Amino acid sequence: MTFNKTRLAAVSAAALLAAAVSTSAFAQKKYGPGVTDTEIKIGNIMPYSGPASAYGVIGKTEEAYFKKINAEGGINGRKINFISYDDAYSPPKTVEQARKLVESDEVLLVFNPLGTPPNSAIHKYMNAKKVPQLFVATGATKWNDAKDFPWTMGWQPNYQSESRIYAKYVLKNMPNAKIAILYQNDDYGKDYLKGFKDGLGAKAASMIAIEDSYEVSEPTIDSHIVKMKATGADVFFNITTPKFAAQAIKKSAEIGWKTTHFLNNVSASIGAVIKPAGFENAQDIISVAYLMDPADPQWKDNADMKGFDEFLAKHFPEGNRLDGSVMVGYNVAQTLVQVLKQCGNDLTRENVMKQAASLKDFRSTNLLPGIKINTSATDFAPIEQVQLMKFKGDKWELFGEVISGEVGG
Amino acid sequence: MTTAHETATAAPATGKAAAAAAPSMNVARAASLITLALLLLAPLFLKNFYIFQMTQWLIYAIALLALNILTGGSGQFSLGQSAFYAVGAYTAAVMMEIMGVNYVLTLPAAGLICFVFGFLFGLPALRLSGIYLALATFALAVAMPQVLKLHFFEHWTGGVQGLVIIKPDPPEFIKTIGVKMSQDMWLYYFTLVVGIGIYIASVNLLASRSGRAMMAIRDNQIAAAAMGVDVPLYKTLAFGISAGITGVAGALGAIAVAFVAPDSYTIQLAIALFLGMVIGGVGWLPGSLAGAAFMVFVPNIAESISKGLSGAIFGVILIIIIFLVPHGARQIAYMAQHLIGKIGKSS
Repeated sequence: MTFNKTRLAAVSAAALLAAAVSTSAFAQKKYGPGVTDTEIKIGNIMPYSGPASAYGVIGKTEEAYFKKINAEGGINGRKINFISYDDAYSPPKTVEQARKLVESDEVLLVFNPLGTPPNSAIHKYMNAKKVPQLFVATGATKWNDAKDFPWTMGWQPNYQSESRIYAKYVLKNMPNAKIAILYQNDDYGKDYLKGFKDGLGAKAASMIAIEDSYEVSEPTIDSHIVKMKATGADVFFNITTPKFAAQAIKKSAEIGWKTTHFLNNVSASIGAVIKPAGFENAQDIISVAYLMDPADPQWKDNADMKGFDEFLAKHFPEGNRLDGSVMVGYNVAQTLVQVLKQCGNDLTRENVMKQAASLKDFRSTNLLPGIKINTSATDFAPIEQVQLMKFKGDKWELFGEVISGEVGG
Repeated sequence: MTTAHETATAAPATGKAAAAAAPSMNVARAASLITLALLLLAPLFLKNFYIFQMTQWLIYAIALLALNILTGGSGQFSLGQSAFYAVGAYTAAVMMEIMGVNYVLTLPAAGLICFVFGFLFGLPALRLSGIYLALATFALAVAMPQVLKLHFFEHWTGGVQGLVIIKPDPPEFIKTIGVKMSQDMWLYYFTLVVGIGIYIASVNLLASRSGRAMMAIRDNQIAAAAMGVDVPLYKTLAFGISAGITGVAGALGAIAVAFVAPDSYTIQLAIALFLGMVIGGVGWLPGSLAGAAFMVFVPNIAESISKGLSGAIFGVILIIIIFLVPHGARQIAYMAQHLIGKIGKSS
């Protein structure tokens, strides 16, 4: 009995001592689900199969980037365990995968899930569960809503801020313009339209000559272009997806409709839009960019572009450097790494959101010079700056200053 | 299609045949009781996420059951079940979120609307048969997501954005009897009860006069007409019933996922349902559970093997199954039954 008692006392003393030591040594450490001294579990959902599978490469780029970070020793000694699931761009599957990540894998956060419908499907769930839905890969403006959805944050410039920039440009350079707008009749088109009108402000009513919309199901939008030309508008804001953008550019040239033509960033791809429409038809079109274009010769000797190429060569040889998605994945992954670095040893979900909302002048490597990522407790839109560009010859030429189109900020 | 015939006609066996069938009937009964017990008890030991997956499994099983009635029962093909599923889902979503109707009431409404929709679609479909009918329904499935996005409906459907639904809580009486139940668990049992109800009704339907008329049409349309079966009526009726049940499944799916959007109901879903039916065994109602399990779990298994090649792996699994057991789960069940029968005899 006495023996047992002494042993008990010894054991409990040891336990107490151990507890004391551990509290003092680890006083700073606070872990949420999915975090240990050696690991941070990050969830991700991508359309690796299905209609939007072309974007799946974003997830693969991120995986390769985190492998590189892990090979270099991880973040504050912790390796990233990147768990990425396929939702085939189908919202019910997104819900299933998000729940798997949160409830079964118990990840710290869900990073960069792709697409507006899939993210809408889990928006409420993630916020109810208080799990960060961080840097979603969609340009919808609704992700910037810190008040109602404090656990969701976008990353790329949203549609409204982009079109505000065009509006600013028009007001400054062509205050007497007559504007024709063509937009796709869905949430994406309406988002752009709203930003543009907000940007024009009180002058919207007098400046906009025609607001025309088309359905994705229409085979061609030629008749819309003819209709818009008839109004005598001299500015054309082209809010269309790649196939229709090419049609619009071609048709305007065909019927000789000379305008200052603004093309949304969604369709700024040279390969998918400008080339099919014909380079000669696309001269002087204006759009915006926020990332360096690997095809642009001006970055050939840029150290950051070299860094990107080195990353591809070493860690992601199967990646196509001309695929815009690879560049996006590379940069958004860096933003997450920055947030986790800022978290230090306080890796709770609350602190992740707090740090994500306190990015100060952060630059991922391949943002255009001068563009910085800034967030705050009320500003959940990381990239709000872009630079205008004009199509000259067979490539985009950047011009003017880096401009900001902050919405509500 | 002859295999489908066997089960349906096995029931009214008489005399010697009945005596011989008795042990296997017992085996079948025991198997269904065990399945039921598992379905009832499993959620008590599982995490919410798995309960949610099981709910989805049951919902797809209901949708497969509906397709089975159409194809196995009346011999008509449909690649358009996703359209009925979508209509059911949107009916539930619009009723709950815009009209504020209780979720329980949305199920009969979804069933009714889809029944009418399916019945009406069945009328022109009468002129088509076999693969041509499959193509016509295919068109329906392709058109549905775009129709849901139309400007005209946007006020109700939410357009591309879809509608977010608030998940129902377990009813008060469960709390008052002192049982703590999560939303997921409640929805699971709710789905299970609806599913069992639909299953019993379907079994009875196929065994009834109407069911026999449908099967007569399936086996030989001319002979059926000669016997006085109203062929157009029963064909459209089969379409209507199948669509109605699919609609109920769609409504349950919408409530469980708590979100509807046009992208949820693409042709992919229709093909997955068709696949599930074949895997489960055409015309064998219990096979719906196996087919639905294939739909829900095999893509996840394929993905866990290789992310980049998940589609290819899924294909390989599918080919292996079709090659080894061309009649799907139904064949496995028969083999098992035979085996148990043999063991029973030898002992």
